[in-house]
Amino acid sequence: MSDTHAQTVRFVRESMLPEQEPPLAESGVLKWVRENLFSGWLNILLTVLSLAFIWFVLSHLLPWFLNSVWSAGSLSECREIRDEVFGPDASSACFAVITDRWHQLVFGFYPPEFYWRPIVALLLFLAAMAPVLFAGIPRKALWFSAAAPFLIYFVLWGGTIWGPLAVALGFVVGYATFVGLSRFNALLATLGAIVVPILYWLFVAGPLAGALASVLPIGLTFVPSDDFGGFQLSFIIGMAGILLSLPLGILLALGRQSNLFIINKTSVAFIEIIRGVPLIVWLFTASLLLNYFLPPGTNFDLMLRVIIMVTLFASAYIAEVVRGGLAALPKGQYEAADALGLDYWRSMRLIILPQALKISIPGIVNTFIGLFKDTTLVVFIGLLDPIGLSNAIRASTEWNGIYWELFVFIGLMFFICCFSMSRYSIYLENKLQREHR
Amino acid sequence: MSTLSEPPKESFRLSMLIYDTRYRSLTIQTVAMILLVLMISWLVSNTVQNLENLGKDFDFGFLGQRAGYDINQRLVEYTSQSTHARAALVGILNTILVAFLGCALATILGVIAGVLRLSKNWLVSRLMAVYVEGFRNVPLLLWIIAIFALMTESTPMPRDFREGGDASMLFGSIAISNRGVYVPAPVWGEGASLLIGVFVISLIAIWAFRRYAHRRQEATGDILPVFRVSLALFFIPVLLTYFAIAFANGRTEQAILATGGEAGLTLTEYAESQESLNVCLIPGTTTALNLEKTLRGADVRYNAVPFNDEGQALEGFQVGDCNVLSVPATQSDPIIAEAEGGFAPVPLVETIRRGNALEFEQPYLGGFNFDGGIHLRNSLIALWLALSLYTGAFIAEIVRGGILSVSKGQTEAAYALGLRPNRTMNLVILPQAMRVIIPPLISQYLNLTKNSSLAIAVGYMDVRSTLGGITINQTGRELEGMLLLGLFYLVLSLLISGAMNFYNSRVKLKER
Repeated sequence: MSDTHAQTVRFVRESMLPEQEPPLAESGVLKWVRENLFSGWLNILLTVLSLAFIWFVLSHLLPWFLNSVWSAGSLSECREIRDEVFGPDASSACFAVITDRWHQLVFGFYPPEFYWRPIVALLLFLAAMAPVLFAGIPRKALWFSAAAPFLIYFVLWGGTIWGPLAVALGFVVGYATFVGLSRFNALLATLGAIVVPILYWLFVAGPLAGALASVLPIGLTFVPSDDFGGFQLSFIIGMAGILLSLPLGILLALGRQSNLFIINKTSVAFIEIIRGVPLIVWLFTASLLLNYFLPPGTNFDLMLRVIIMVTLFASAYIAEVVRGGLAALPKGQYEAADALGLDYWRSMRLIILPQALKISIPGIVNTFIGLFKDTTLVVFIGLLDPIGLSNAIRASTEWNGIYWELFVFIGLMFFICCFSMSRYSIYLENKLQREHR
Repeated sequence: MSTLSEPPKESFRLSMLIYDTRYRSLTIQTVAMILLVLMISWLVSNTVQNLENLGKDFDFGFLGQRAGYDINQRLVEYTSQSTHARAALVGILNTILVAFLGCALATILGVIAGVLRLSKNWLVSRLMAVYVEGFRNVPLLLWIIAIFALMTESTPMPRDFREGGDASMLFGSIAISNRGVYVPAPVWGEGASLLIGVFVISLIAIWAFRRYAHRRQEATGDILPVFRVSLALFFIPVLLTYFAIAFANGRTEQAILATGGEAGLTLTEYAESQESLNVCLIPGTTTALNLEKTLRGADVRYNAVPFNDEGQALEGFQVGDCNVLSVPATQSDPIIAEAEGGFAPVPLVETIRRGNALEFEQPYLGGFNFDGGIHLRNSLIALWLALSLYTGAFIAEIVRGGILSVSKGQTEAAYALGLRPNRTMNLVILPQAMRVIIPPLISQYLNLTKNSSLAIAVGYMDVRSTLGGITINQTGRELEGMLLLGLFYLVLSLLISGAMNFYNSRVKLKER
């Protein structure tokens, strides 16, 4: 039947035509613009509206930014410079307030001669976080991460070095007890690992540190918590809350999933009560009421109280996120763990939690971002976070009446931190995605 | 020969409490219970001890005492003579008001931004990405104080609205000034109850029609034009009633009566001839609204003498409490006819309209500030806008995730069945996306409600500022005040999540 074609078609082209350029409207920029911006009447309307909006915003903001004044001693000086250079009616930002007061916004009232200490603390923190965040770094570095909290505390607050060391020793004591007792009985070892360090901290650590300090006085100048402020304060509260709330939140989530009645109900009540009440009420509770609940005569640092409250608050949210991850795991995983003969803690540590935490990473990071943003609320109980300091700066005679420059600076700092955290969570999510490679 | 199949009964040994899984959970729970009870009793005994040391007791009696402070925004009657409980109630209502307004606006903003972020239009989707990331990554507190600063620092002063000033009112009736936003206030006139009745009936009719349409679609497959009919039912009956009432009595003009003058004077001339102008008014009626508008238009000074109804106003007019009055002709004509002695009311040249079923009282400049209309304080506006914009950014992400979660195969299957795009959206995509959207949406509403406690930053008098703020400071009852405050938020959260979970259980996939 090879002649079929010959009878239906008179002429068949034997050579291809040379390829032609696509029409002008179907290629390059023009095509992109037509398809992405002007593909229908609704799209055209939206494009025009967005362009108008962008023009409106830029026409107000750009001159303000471009005409900004970066060095002046006060707002009136700023205005004089503007009048001279740009004319009296020009809109002009006065970022001189940032160059003048940036150290306050960043360090609060920390003594200027010790500014190196928060910087060293930040570097220590980054170095400690690196092995946790990125898998490429040798695992041995995790020992440094474990030691970092005590080092950072010592660098920031100063005082004798023996205090943090004595506290750190408690963990070593606990571990030694655990190893020593686990030869006899696992439950006894767990109990011992909890009770012995607590007894050590309550009765031995203080005198030990005092004795060592009197024998070998090594230390830095003590800086009281009242001097902490600005982004340094937000960072300390935020990071302490983040680091402490994760283990607590995981424990709470396990408690909520547990089928032991009392533990389950206690966890549920704790989580729901914490989540049902705004953070600001908890902070006021910390500043007004905490003294009522503690033995008479106890009085401790407001910053420590805030860290405790923020930790408890965030842990309830983390618990809910982790519970979502635990619930999302197929039941077969739990049953497989049981079938292998693993006990509860081993099955959680080796099988369940690694998978559940992986699912809950986006939620956990979102909680952390929320926690970091919420550190601004401490301004209401008298701590000087960046917003509190911006009020203080505005109250001074030189910078009375300056708003937007401070807001822009503070907002930008928070944006950089939170945005990079959310990008990191996306990176981690992609890295841990095992299914669709 | 029978064999013994039962194992020998094991006697209970003490070590089984630790080693036997049947008993171990009991052991652990008992230990946990003991620890919990110990901790709670420790906290309670500390509290009792501390209260005793401070010479305080645990008593909610302070709620009945006189509060002694003013609240600038109140939805119910409140003066500084009211009790602390009343102040707490005012705060609670303010919290609920801003939470409700915020949830509504945040949902609108979030849905629009979420849908537009998926738009094929590059510019629009980028713009929405900037909005979402910008608001999600900057603390809410900063947004609240920034918007508050914008409202107080960058808006015109009331005096700029005077003639020659550089500010003007939006649509001639909304004034955005640094003292707050003034919007027209509705005033119900004659026939208002009929109008509201018709509106309620048309709402019921819409509900019934939708139900009927749904049933019919399930039974026969025919789809009725639900949206268009609902829209028509919503507007047409009410508008028809409004115009009917307006045609019947709204246009009726009525005379302005005055005593002690000659007939045929204008308002201005009469005002000049008198020492003072006292006007009998019934506040909150359209007649009073129109009369005051006319008086302001004539630019005369006057004192308003308030009465409860037209009969009392007439009596007041007769005994000389006031010298100007306007009532319908049916009531005023007999008076003019029977007038004798020194009391000689005459109609002035101007007449006023009796008023429609619904009229709006426009804000106007009086003295140093605006009068009339509804005054929305800057604190409310800033808090409302900031909460809505901030939560809207989160809702946008939820909506986007919900729409993306419906696989493309669903759309293609719907097209293959011959459904049109809008019907595909309504019948296939949205019902599935809603199941993903609703649960996180609930928690965003909860967050917004709890975040409304940031009112403290702008001085909005919510429950934290009244009960948890000034009341605590004045009475020194921190423990009781914070307890009540926490309880209020807890109950509110549980109520909202309960209501939304009920809704969620109705829309979620019914599985076997």
